[in-house]
Amino acid sequence: MHKELMGLLRTHVRTHLVVALAAAVVAGVLVLVQAELLAGVLSGRFETAALLFLVLVVALRALLGWVQGVRSGHLATGAKSALRHRLLARFAELGPVRLSSRRSGELVTLVGRGLDRLDPYLTGYLPAVAVAAVVPLAVLLRLLFADLTSAIIVLVTLPLIPIFGALVGMHTKAVTEKQFHALSRLGGHFLDVVRGLPTLRAFGRARYQADVIRSVADAHRSATMRTLRVAFLSALVLELCASLSLALVAVPIGLRLLGGSLDLTSALLVLLLAPEAYLPLRVMGTRFHASMEGVAAADAAFAVLAPEPSPAGGEPPVPSGSGTASTGGGARRSGHGARPPEIRLENVTAHYPGRTGAALEDVSLTITPGERVALVGESGGGKSTLLNLLLGFLTPSSGRVLVDGADLRDLDLDQWRAETAFVPQRPHLFAVSVTDNIRLGAPDATAEAVRQAAGHAHATPFIDALPQAFDTLVGERGANLSAGQRQRIALARAFCRPDTAILLLDEPTARLDGRSEAAIVEATGRLSTGRTAIIVAHRPAMIDLADRVIRVHEGRVIADSAGGQAGGAVPQAGGAVPQVGGPAASAPPATGPTAGDSR
Amino acid sequence: MTSNDPKNPPHSSDTPTDLPAPTQSTPAHPTPERATPEGHAPEQPSGPAADAPRASSLRSMRWRLVWAVLAGAAAELAGVGLIAAAAWLITRAAEQPPLAALSVAIVAVRAFATSRGVFRYAERLTGHDVALRAQAGTREDLYASLIPPQSPRHGGADLLSRMVDDTEAVQDLLVRCLLPAAAALITAVAAVTIGLTIFPPAALVLLAGLAIAGALLPAATAAGARRWAARIAPARADLAARTADLVHGAADLAASGAGDRALRSALDADAALAALERRQSRVHASALAFGVLTQGLTVAAIVLLAQGAGVGSVGTAVLALMSLVAFEPVLPLAAAGERLTGILAAVRRLREVRATPPAVTEPAHPAPLPSAPLTVEVRDLVVRHAAPPAVTAPATTTATATATGAGDAPHPEPATPAAAVDGVSLALTPGKRVALVGPSGAGKSTLLAALMRLVEPESGTITVNGADVRDLGSDDVRTLMTGLTQDPYVFQTTLRANLQLAGPGKSEEALEAAVRQAKLQTWVRSVGWEAELGEDARTVSGGQLQRLALARALLYDPPVLLLDEPAEALDEQTADELMADLLDATHGRTTLLVTHRLRGLEQVDEILVLEHGRVIQRGTHRELVERPGYYRDLWESEMLTRR
Repeated sequence: MHKELMGLLRTHVRTHLVVALAAAVVAGVLVLVQAELLAGVLSGRFETAALLFLVLVVALRALLGWVQGVRSGHLATGAKSALRHRLLARFAELGPVRLSSRRSGELVTLVGRGLDRLDPYLTGYLPAVAVAAVVPLAVLLRLLFADLTSAIIVLVTLPLIPIFGALVGMHTKAVTEKQFHALSRLGGHFLDVVRGLPTLRAFGRARYQADVIRSVADAHRSATMRTLRVAFLSALVLELCASLSLALVAVPIGLRLLGGSLDLTSALLVLLLAPEAYLPLRVMGTRFHASMEGVAAADAAFAVLAPEPSPAGGEPPVPSGSGTASTGGGARRSGHGARPPEIRLENVTAHYPGRTGAALEDVSLTITPGERVALVGESGGGKSTLLNLLLGFLTPSSGRVLVDGADLRDLDLDQWRAETAFVPQRPHLFAVSVTDNIRLGAPDATAEAVRQAAGHAHATPFIDALPQAFDTLVGERGANLSAGQRQRIALARAFCRPDTAILLLDEPTARLDGRSEAAIVEATGRLSTGRTAIIVAHRPAMIDLADRVIRVHEGRVIADSAGGQAGGAVPQAGGAVPQVGGPAASAPPATGPTAGDSR
Repeated sequence: MTSNDPKNPPHSSDTPTDLPAPTQSTPAHPTPERATPEGHAPEQPSGPAADAPRASSLRSMRWRLVWAVLAGAAAELAGVGLIAAAAWLITRAAEQPPLAALSVAIVAVRAFATSRGVFRYAERLTGHDVALRAQAGTREDLYASLIPPQSPRHGGADLLSRMVDDTEAVQDLLVRCLLPAAAALITAVAAVTIGLTIFPPAALVLLAGLAIAGALLPAATAAGARRWAARIAPARADLAARTADLVHGAADLAASGAGDRALRSALDADAALAALERRQSRVHASALAFGVLTQGLTVAAIVLLAQGAGVGSVGTAVLALMSLVAFEPVLPLAAAGERLTGILAAVRRLREVRATPPAVTEPAHPAPLPSAPLTVEVRDLVVRHAAPPAVTAPATTTATATATGAGDAPHPEPATPAAAVDGVSLALTPGKRVALVGPSGAGKSTLLAALMRLVEPESGTITVNGADVRDLGSDDVRTLMTGLTQDPYVFQTTLRANLQLAGPGKSEEALEAAVRQAKLQTWVRSVGWEAELGEDARTVSGGQLQRLALARALLYDPPVLLLDEPAEALDEQTADELMADLLDATHGRTTLLVTHRLRGLEQVDEILVLEHGRVIQRGTHRELVERPGYYRDLWESEMLTRR
């Protein structure tokens, strides 16, 4: 039994669980009644008319089977939905920075196909366990009254099934587990070779690998069969126990009938009931294996849900991505909207969770309202980290980020983000229409406003060329857009929020085609008018937009065209920065979350 | 099976660069204790010779299948025999005959009881053996059909892993559907036959009941599963897309304050899926109920008929109990029917992959390989990626469709397959080094793919020493022109094997030299040659992967070296060092280098700037920097972002 999973079932789908299990158990017990009736009719003790009751019992069993099936469906979907809710809420709680530090593809798979693996556990294994707990005992009890000798034989042989099962299981567990693991690795090996085919082809090794695939598969098959020969012994034992005990019961009964010490009804009843004592245990055994994947899926899900161990260094928590956690918690800045605030960083040091080395170290900066700042420097130097700090995706491990003098940590992040327009380096396109993608941050924007925003972002020409223009579905399952086109959609998003006072833009490092580049630079220039703009820039044209250029290297500001502004930013690299040999310099350069996949 | 295999004859093994049998084979499976089979894996030339064992293995496969079916049927028959004999024994004993009359039944009961377990054991072993063999065969077939290069749209990693998952469907088809169905059929026939000898009308009722439970019900569940799968698949895809949006778009959502809305729409998608799945579970529930009902009613009807006709208690009991048990192998077939839909879809997908024609046509009689020194000439080359199968517009209309929005799409839009390479000419004389520069999607990698015979040009020619590459075997072309390709791959095996796949016979010194030239020696020293790389082992950073791929290319040492973005994903300083070393190492070597970092390009003989598949600028570094244009812009931007 999976403890956490059972807890979840009890809180969310208790009724369905109880009804499904009860239906399974009652249906199991009805088999006893059915056997009783059949034995009676066959022996002639009951009239043939008793068959009517037999039919009724069968109908009732069918009905219960139906109830069990339907309720199991409710049970499974309810449990999966409850887990999904928790997982999805957990993703929102983790926020973009911590999400990107995990294997995000695996998380997506877990929510979908991963949780579906719970089905065999919930709909197959759980009812089988309930039945196995009740029915064999009921059968035994009934046999006790029908024929003591047979009951004793069953009582003695019945435990042999779990005992032998456990013995064989114990003997083969390690081997089978290793073998199943090897088997999945064989699948992994095949996938590996198929994925690497282009590489193999480039070096003329593709055909050779066909033979390797064959010999590896052959070797694994014979190894697997060797272990299966032992592992299936448990099946042999189960089957032998069940059928031999039937023989053990049937033959003496026959002989006692011959002697006249037993009546036919009891004899037939024993014959009908004896197999029913073993059956639930065998069913449980086979379903156990099928449900193991579900247990693994549940483990994976609860591992994601488990609170993260707080890091040793007293690292501050990373704030949530969605505002749900902070809503109402933070102070609201007054008089926001038209006037851009002053942004100040005071000795800010920042770390990414799970990475050694600081992404930013002791950075102090003041950005005056309406200033247009270009952040330059090589990728991984800390430029994107600065944007993450300003957006509240990352909290400084020391130092403060101040907005008009107020610590960002104390502000209502939702409200603060509503004042900023963010154009990430690789904007995500959602699986909705182009229009909905553009009005992501302004759900009430009219179609006209969306069109206008797209126009400002120079996005209209290519959007109009899409199959359904602004109604075209984009994202994973929709039309594929080039990097330059995505960037322009993201700019249109920013244009769609005219009330924002701050523009944060991460210019793509990948070389776009010339036309996209020019359009993006022009649109960025227009977007930054009247706003404080902080732009991670790579290209001269983009840098030309700025009034001030800040160079970031290995987590430090090493040059600032505005000269000795607040916080001791040093105009030129060199001896002026005292601790060059600090952790940032000796460790490999910490990479921002977007820097790793910048191309 | 063998005829649809367009493999090429063994001449490729005669080429000078082809490889002697390695001791430690390449990305072979890395389980240490399984090292033996790979060690003496025969390096056998593929082609007609390889097909002979395949045919015989198919024949032996058929026998194994027969054995598996027989063992399964025997196990079920023993079960039916056991209950029938026991029923006979008991009811006959109640009539108090002499003991001798029962002895046969007693022996039969014991024999059936013992043999049933043994047969079951045999069934499970033979069944799994057959299934494993079938799966291995399917994988071999799939792999063989993937060897010839295919159009790149097949290459998506998810598509590939689904394809690999699909090969497991064959195992399911055998173990869960075909073998149980065959065993059930044999059992049913036997039970009905026994019934016929006792009381024919009852046998007919049994036949009807078994037919309903074993044929009608599975057919109904299969149909139900198909119908629901068609409705559930889009709901599942919707949920997956919303989840992916939440995870991959987390930053966009948070910054736009749209997180709650996105979460709500994901939960809505979940609710829609759950509602469909709940309704689908009724199919399963109904099948369960109908199965029980059919079994019970059949037995009741048989008893009614037999007692009405005065068959006698022995015959009636045998009929009733045997019928009851005869349903046991039949009832699970309804669940098998549910699975069948998914399995057959997987099998169909695999068949489609196998039917996909290769991207390039092989000559019937490959011309002999030209020998070094090689001059490669590309003349007016046009390459157009095929439109995806979904939009199979007639070939004539695609040309007009390219007009719309062509300027914006670096990759051809599905509806408008613009030419990826559009009239490029270049010459690589022995020792000449040419660099290709341009924005992503400009056609640089496609040009390399055409040189490596991975895509078929639409028009124009590529010649090697005057011989058209279309007249050469594509494997042969790749022995002449290859190197570091786009998206290099790390196999889940040792570092050594990962490198050695590009030169199985090369000496230790050659490996060391390649590693040194690729600036990988520090890493190799720190992790060791035997370090396991790949997904679940030590992770390889982008930079290390790139350098490993470069080391492979240098180890392989082709006459014409192709390098696609060798400094990709490296940090600035390493990239500069690598490029400097690379330009040293390739001095005097025929090289085509795709790059977008310009430092050091003053050393190459010619630079081509590509945009939208066309050469928009060409010349030396000095010439290009003097002219206004893409190259100069890029150069200035590179200078600016450097310290």
